[in-house]
This record gives sequence, C-alpha cells and structure tokens, in this order.
Amino acid sequence: MAPPRRHRIDIGGQERQGWRRVIRRGLPPPVKPTHSDPKTSAQCYPVDHGSPYRAALAGMREACGAPALVLGASYLGFGSLVRETGLSLGVGLFSTISTWALPGQIALVELYALGASVVAIFIAVALTNARMMPMTITLMPLLRVPGRPHWRNYLAAHLVAVTGWAVAMIRCPDMPPAQRMPFFVGFAGTILGAALAGTVAGFLLSGVVPVAVSLGLVFVNPMYFMLLFLGDLRHRGRVLALVCGAVAGPLFHLVTPTWDLLLTGVIGGVLAFAIDRQLRRRHV
Amino acid sequence: MSDTGWAALWPYGVVLVGAAATYIWRALGVALSGRIRADSPVLDLFGCIAYALLAGLVVRMIVLPVGPLQATGMGSRLAAVALGIAAFFIFRRNLLVGVATGAVTLAALAFWPPP
Repeated sequence: MAPPRRHRIDIGGQERQGWRRVIRRGLPPPVKPTHSDPKTSAQCYPVDHGSPYRAALAGMREACGAPALVLGASYLGFGSLVRETGLSLGVGLFSTISTWALPGQIALVELYALGASVVAIFIAVALTNARMMPMTITLMPLLRVPGRPHWRNYLAAHLVAVTGWAVAMIRCPDMPPAQRMPFFVGFAGTILGAALAGTVAGFLLSGVVPVAVSLGLVFVNPMYFMLLFLGDLRHRGRVLALVCGAVAGPLFHLVTPTWDLLLTGVIGGVLAFAIDRQLRRRHV
Repeated sequence: MSDTGWAALWPYGVVLVGAAATYIWRALGVALSGRIRADSPVLDLFGCIAYALLAGLVVRMIVLPVGPLQATGMGSRLAAVALGIAAFFIFRRNLLVGVATGAVTLAALAFWPPP
C-alpha cells in the first residue's frame, strides 16, 4: 500500500505548492499562451473563465474590493467639490457618467466656477484627458474580436479610464480573446457604479468629514496606482517607462505645470521605448 | 420662467462639452488602433507613453501635490507610501491592505502631526 500513498502525497505536495504560490504572489504566474490543445486545436490560456458571461461576472467580482474603494474614495472628493461650487448633484452625476475621467472633471468644475469660457474649458479638459488616446490605442487590440462590429469598440472605449485600463492590461492577455471585452466592461461598469456612489456620498457629506479623513481619502488614489504598477513588473518596456515617467513627472511639473503630463508621457515614454529597443537588439 | 429653465440646463451643456473633449481622445484611440497590427512596435511605443505618463502623475501627486494634499508634510506622505508598500508585500500583494495602510497612515499623521 506504500506506493499509492506516496503518489497521493506527491500530488498533495504539488497542489500545496501551487496554492502557496498563488497566495504568495497574488497574481497568476506569467504564462504565455503558446501550447495548443490537440483535441480542440484551440489555444490554451492561463486564465479561462469558461464563457463571456462568466468573464463579465469575474470582472465585476474583481472590481469589488480595492478598485471600487479607490473609485469611491476618489469621487468623494469630486462630489464635495461639486457641492462647494454650487452645482447640483445631477450635474455631478452627469459629469461622472458622461466624462468618466476624474482630472478632467475636476478641471471643468473649477474652471466653470471661475467663469471661464466654453472654449477655454474644452481646451483645458482635452489637454488634461489626452492620456486616454495612448491608453485606448494599447488596450483596443487586446479587447477587440475581429469580425465584430466596430460600434461595440467605440462604445466600450467610453469606459476606458486609468483603473480599468491598468487592470485590463494586466489581466486580459491571459484570457481567451472572446472573454476580454466582457471582463473589461464588467469591471469598468462596476467601478463606474462605485464612482457614482462616491459622487453622491461626497456631495451629501461635504464639509462633514474631518480634514484628516478626507486627506486619507485623497491619498487612496496615488497609493493604489503605485501598488498596482509595483505588483506587475513582468514587462521590461513597461518597467522602464514607469521609471522614466516617475523621474520625469516631478521635474517637468517644476518647469511647466500646464504641459508637464504630456511632456512626461511623450519624452519619458519615447526614452523608455528606445532603451527597450536597444536592449532587445543586443538580445538582453 | 423659461429663461431660468434654460439657465438650469447650462451646466449640463458645459459638462457635455468636457465629455466631448474627453471622448474625442478615446474615439481617436479606437480609430488609430484599428490601423495598427497587434504585434506592431508602435503599440509598445504608445504603451510606454501611457505608462510613463501615469507614473509621472502618481509620483507628482505624492512628491509635489496640488490641492488638499499640499497641507500634509513631505515626510508624512513618504512615510505613508513606505508603510503602504511594506504592507502590500507583507500581505502577499494584497492591494486593499496596502492602499488602506497608506491612506490610514497619512490620515493619522495629518490628525496627529509629527513634531
């Protein structure tokens, strides 16, 4: 009876090791979908939710937790800003649904309060939210399924914002192509709901929350993105871009507070891309 | 009467202008990404731009904040970041624990300012 018992212990050991690794690392191990299943001749992906519907549910589940907390906390500040500016809650909610990019929303409300012209507001918001373009360009090839109508992509693009983009860039490459868009829409839709709840709560609680608490809530946003990026350092190009951006961001902000983000993105990003290309050419 | 009715709609119109200014970039991104092959290096370039921009934004928010965080000291913010990162890795890369630790630390340091 000894051999089967040993065999069973081996399996247990393997399982335990895998379980431990998942617990320790949090994120699924980096596996490239290279091998194919001979029976179905379909590619195998490390994360398979089974169906697009279940992928959407997985996206919603993933959103409930740190991402929902982050969006709720970030939009608390926006809600209270809307109240302090004298705008109605309806305007705040409409802004969150229609714009869905916080820095631009804040710029708009502040400029509106200052009585800026519509043209000035348009230019300022466009400048603040220009980051949506490189984000959408990199995310769409991952999400779209060839042959599906384009209007779906344009509709889903409205949900592109920093959090959903960053999480989808990490998670979606591990999924079969048909499950990526549902995952992203489920995830982004859920955090949009959290943002709306945050807007309402911020509007109602404006002035009630102690200063220290509101400072902690404001800090949730940078904390989250820093940890999200630190938790996924699999791609050399991205890591280089993060380092270049981290150094360039404060420097350019000291030089020009208006154009600092665009300059940081373009100069830091091109520099990181060039370094990555050079290293690749030398087969490092 | 109808004048005040239209005036109440004005903020919605302004918000819609801001929404259009934002969506233009997304639509442009979808249109351009359709012309780029999925394995094209151009895609890597745009990815690098997006990541550099976001990293710059996050570090700027911590090191040179604009807005309410200006009221906190640099030491407090860096201490909150350090504790948040430590908690994140100690608790097996748990985002919720890391984020909460950083935010609570900053709130505590704002409430009881260090000497």
